[in-house]
Amino acid sequence: MREVTTPLGPEVESWQAGDRILLSGVIYTARDAAHQRMAQEGMPLPWQGQAVYYAGPSPAPPGRPIGSVGPTTSGRMDAFAPLLMAQGLRAMIGKGERADSVVEAMRKYGCVYLAAIGGAGALLGECVKEAEIAAYPDLGPEAVWRLVVEKMPLVVAIDCQGGNLYQSEPPKYRKGGGC
Amino acid sequence: MREIHLSKVTEEVARACLRACHRLGEGMKEALAHARSQEESPLGQWVLEQLLDNAQLAEAGPLPLCQDTGMVVVFAQIGQDVHFTGGNWEEAVAEGVRKAYVEGNLRKSVVSHPLWRENSGDNTPPVIHTRIVPGDEVKLWIMPKGFGSENKSRLFMLNPTEGVEGVKRAVVQTVSEAGGSPCPPTVVGIGVGGTMEQACILAKWALARPVGQKAPDPKVAQLEQEILEELNKLGIGPAGFGGRVTSFAVHMETYPTHIAGLPVAVNLLCHAARHEQVVL
Repeated sequence: MREVTTPLGPEVESWQAGDRILLSGVIYTARDAAHQRMAQEGMPLPWQGQAVYYAGPSPAPPGRPIGSVGPTTSGRMDAFAPLLMAQGLRAMIGKGERADSVVEAMRKYGCVYLAAIGGAGALLGECVKEAEIAAYPDLGPEAVWRLVVEKMPLVVAIDCQGGNLYQSEPPKYRKGGGC
Repeated sequence: MREIHLSKVTEEVARACLRACHRLGEGMKEALAHARSQEESPLGQWVLEQLLDNAQLAEAGPLPLCQDTGMVVVFAQIGQDVHFTGGNWEEAVAEGVRKAYVEGNLRKSVVSHPLWRENSGDNTPPVIHTRIVPGDEVKLWIMPKGFGSENKSRLFMLNPTEGVEGVKRAVVQTVSEAGGSPCPPTVVGIGVGGTMEQACILAKWALARPVGQKAPDPKVAQLEQEILEELNKLGIGPAGFGGRVTSFAVHMETYPTHIAGLPVAVNLLCHAARHEQVVL
């Protein structure tokens, strides 16, 4: 188990698929509509050394900084991911496979892909200590949120050296020919 | 003739939406615990443990199990001897959704137009499937449906001669291509027969059953079991990190169809198998 704090640097390039991470510090959410707007209008914040979290939180109940906030499917952001990496992004947090073009860009720019557990929204929400909208408030649940997280449980799903849990692990458990 | 004031419908829909988003669906706690006992992959075990912890935190909060509190699907069976008073049936259901999502801190995930994409701000409208049935009762199934799994669902218009093997292939292909994105382990709803749209509605309706409840027809129940075994040979595992448990359950619904066709719809559902039944 590796405990790390943002901002991140070139150390992420040595992390390996399967490494468990407890992430603390500032991260920024962005999902479909925010990515589209960034691509059209430019970046609302400097991504250098930052981590993007593909997520759209549920509203904060009284007394909490935020509601539930688990990952959304990362693949929908594949077309936009290299734009953020070119700005110095060091980690993407989400769930599910990535396109080859994203994996290639990860190697080029030195960025890792971390998986949060899809559906564990309440548990991941508990890791959020502070939350505020950082950009695009008009997008509602798709706004960019600045979150301060503490010990967010993640696993390196795809590393910068070609390791990929989604490809290496299922064959170990596959049985027979299926249909 | 039995009169039912629509404010009652609004109230029950609101309550059911909140309950569904905060608590694991019927049968799911057992399904998760069973999966945990079956899973051999260490990462898979870790995922299932987090989902069990998550369910406890959500219920205690209360907080939504998942931040994607879904688009609300409502199946309604309305007795033909019921007379609704006090407004408009569909608006009364929508008002219940609005109340739950606005007052209950659930995420508003619905856009008012699929192309212009402005958030409706209150998670309306719901998708409502209404049937008129004999009697004077109103039965509602309230199912907030997340889109991580919805997006990976598929429709196949098979040739009739493809038969049982064709159906199995279609389901295995859908689950296999979905990989880790629909938040496996999944519940797999399959609609077989009818017309194109009927197959899709049946697939959704299959997901309204308590998780793991078999089809009443023993031959269909046998097929559900065979498909589940095939899916759990794929190795996708919890969150797609490899493992023995790729799906918790397979639910199949069927309907008569045309001599020329064999429609098969596959609707995936994650562990947030939200469905609440209300009887008025």
